[in-house]
Amino acid sequence: MFGKLSWAAIPLNEPIPLITVGVLIVGIVGILSLVTWKGWWPYLWREWITTTDHKRLGVMYVILALVMLLRGFSDAIMMRAQLALAAGHAAGYLPPDHYNQIFSAHGTIMIFFVGMAFVIGLMNFALPLQLGVRDVAFPVLNSVGFWLTAAGVLLVNVSLGVGEFSRTGWLAYPPLSEIAYSPGVGVDYYLWSLQISGLGTLLSGINLTTTILKLRAPGMSYARMPVFCWTALASNLLIVAAFPILTATFAMLLLDRYLGFHFFTNDGGGNPMMYINLIWGWGHPEVYILILPAFGVFSEVIATFSGKPLFGYRSMVMATMAICVLSFMVWLHHFFTMGAGANVNAFFGIATMIIAVPTGVKVFNWLFTMYGGSIRFTAPVLWAIGFIVTFVIGGMTGVLMAIPPADFVLHNSLFLIAHFHNVIIGGVIFGAMAGYTYWFPKAFGFKLHEGLGKAVFWCWFVGFYLAFMPLYGLGLMGATRRMQHYADTSWQPLMIVAFGGAVVILIGIILTVAQLVVSIRTRNRRRDLSGDPWNGRTLEWSTSSPPPVWNFAVLPVVSGPDAFWRTKHNPKGPAPKYEPLEVPKHSALGFTVAFFAVPLGFALIWHIWWLAIVGLLGIVAAVLRHAWRVDLEEHVSLATILEHEQAQQLRAARA
Amino acid sequence: MSITIDTATQQIALDEVPLSQRGPAPQRVVAGFGFWLFLLSDIIIFSALFAAYAVLNDQTNGGPGAIELFNKRHVFIETACLLASSFTCGMMVISVDRRSAPSTYFWALLTLLLGLAFLRLEVSEFSDMVLHGAGPSRSAFLSSFFTLVGTHGLHVTAGACWLLVMMAQVATLGFRPMVMRRMLCFSLFWHALDIVWIGVFTVVYLGAHG
Repeated sequence: MFGKLSWAAIPLNEPIPLITVGVLIVGIVGILSLVTWKGWWPYLWREWITTTDHKRLGVMYVILALVMLLRGFSDAIMMRAQLALAAGHAAGYLPPDHYNQIFSAHGTIMIFFVGMAFVIGLMNFALPLQLGVRDVAFPVLNSVGFWLTAAGVLLVNVSLGVGEFSRTGWLAYPPLSEIAYSPGVGVDYYLWSLQISGLGTLLSGINLTTTILKLRAPGMSYARMPVFCWTALASNLLIVAAFPILTATFAMLLLDRYLGFHFFTNDGGGNPMMYINLIWGWGHPEVYILILPAFGVFSEVIATFSGKPLFGYRSMVMATMAICVLSFMVWLHHFFTMGAGANVNAFFGIATMIIAVPTGVKVFNWLFTMYGGSIRFTAPVLWAIGFIVTFVIGGMTGVLMAIPPADFVLHNSLFLIAHFHNVIIGGVIFGAMAGYTYWFPKAFGFKLHEGLGKAVFWCWFVGFYLAFMPLYGLGLMGATRRMQHYADTSWQPLMIVAFGGAVVILIGIILTVAQLVVSIRTRNRRRDLSGDPWNGRTLEWSTSSPPPVWNFAVLPVVSGPDAFWRTKHNPKGPAPKYEPLEVPKHSALGFTVAFFAVPLGFALIWHIWWLAIVGLLGIVAAVLRHAWRVDLEEHVSLATILEHEQAQQLRAARA
Repeated sequence: MSITIDTATQQIALDEVPLSQRGPAPQRVVAGFGFWLFLLSDIIIFSALFAAYAVLNDQTNGGPGAIELFNKRHVFIETACLLASSFTCGMMVISVDRRSAPSTYFWALLTLLLGLAFLRLEVSEFSDMVLHGAGPSRSAFLSSFFTLVGTHGLHVTAGACWLLVMMAQVATLGFRPMVMRRMLCFSLFWHALDIVWIGVFTVVYLGAHG
């Protein structure tokens, strides 16, 4: 009846997960009771859960990412604390079995549910506004994509309290992840939650690519798009081209585990190294999927706050697309030690160094944009400058490891850990935080507290260097990754410094929450009445903050790059001619599909076949029901539009 | 299609604007383009499975190899069914464009029957192999064979179900733009499966060696 599931799956003898789960359950029940008590359900259902508005979905992605950042960071600080303690004869406080689950969960959550959710959220929110259009290409699909991601998140977190999580690292290399060596449900939690959320990511990649290529305001040719749209295009093309590889690879591993196939097994002629090749065929493009939107955010932020058009727009676009293509040609540098031979390693080493060239072009473009500009040192600019410094260091340590002989020494050491945190924190997280601060007033109509924003930056910046510079040294001294204990006590001082860095980052995260709370409480003093709080250059600043559901009452007509800057400084043309318009109706499809995808995934993990069939049939029924919906558009009357426009003119006059 | 003189002059004015500056594309173009992207991603799934087959097809683990297992006559009939169904699918799209329900049903039925015939042959091939001890867990070669060919078969099955749903939509909703867009997407899907099958036929069956 319940497959492999029994009471033994609840970790009653492990205090740490048990307490965490207890706190989580109390928290969730508390929030749900509050919502019920206040009678917020109809509002939540109508305005958020069933929304097809790209702005609200973008906001929900970012909230999801911030919540999962708390989870991923808890894992991180637990690991740092363990390593600060577990030297010589001290065993630390985390048993190896639990420690292995923590580092696997940390990597999985940070990449898939923090990094991906954050950048997809920012793209979802900003792209249609920057392109000057009313919505994405497929609004209902957008909601399905978000809710599938949320379903994956839920499954990963269920593993805390029911069963276990994978112990095989964030990429689940076989043969360790095969059924022979990982007979528990941990790897299945990993695989099914990522299959479900991966499908969501693919849908959103298709959606946003179509949006950029087919839906742009009149006059907005490709060469007039903001650079964020370009980097988002590259990123989404990579999603469409790379995520299917992940799906196929995981499917093969699932067949091995569930049906005794021999893709990656040690016996039967299987080939574990094929998994490593395939997974990095997705994995390397993946890091560019994450970093390219961040590059776009920095381009927007630096141009806006320097009061200048972006230096070298065309070279920026060329560099972006070059990275997009080259990202598929470097995957083997993740495993030079596989033994593919000197020529193969040399090819991939050189390809890796070449990909640093377009990145370097970008760095100089940002510097030259700032050069001679009148820079306002706001929080987003601090993130951008902190990024340039940090990312260049991370990039250089990457080029160092692109040399195969050096990599043979540094492979799987803490040096590598320091390198990729250097580029992911210094690039993706800094970019996400910059974008969050930059677009927050557009999303909610008021600015975030500036002083606290700067404090958050300094905590992350200083905390990052304290936490990861020691790891470069430790890596050179021979410390390896995924290590739960070490005998050499001379490593301990550096480990303690690294723990100190994690504590500083923790203060930054607490301040992020404080900044949000303070800003909401004092929102009336921070209102953005004009819709253009930063003296922006691109079209998202031409509409009100927050924008109406339809974004633009009249689609803007674009005559060159920096479209809003042009119209702001050369106002011309006749008065806008308002017409009634249509917006996509709300749809429960996304939520319903995810509602059944969770039990489907759970049932597959625990071999509860009847429940899996129920989940699958539920999804099919929801899709069929949607297929017969004919009234997908909602009419917005001229009166509603005029009312909004007049209200906004009054507000702007007060600003 | 009747174009009034007013929209015709607008059309001429529009033609002078470069394609990339004409503003949001019509919904039919957007839906078709999005579906093309989906097909691209689907074909990448197949590429990964083809790659796995190419790596593993010598790994027979002492079990039967491709030459002993594959019956080229059988595969030839399968291929003929699928290619013919692509033709009938094309005829169905023409019927949809002409908004003729009877001929749409007729060609859809033929497409469905040919698809089912293909599946019937594939299932008999698979079950024969499993009965003779050449199932997917016998060797890495057979794992990759069953996965590649089986994934294509699953796609054909999904396509057949989709076609049934579309016929129900034509019957209940008629030829409204939404239904016609979906028929267009279905035909793209069905033809894409043919292209994948050409790859399977060439790499797996014609490429079989001892």
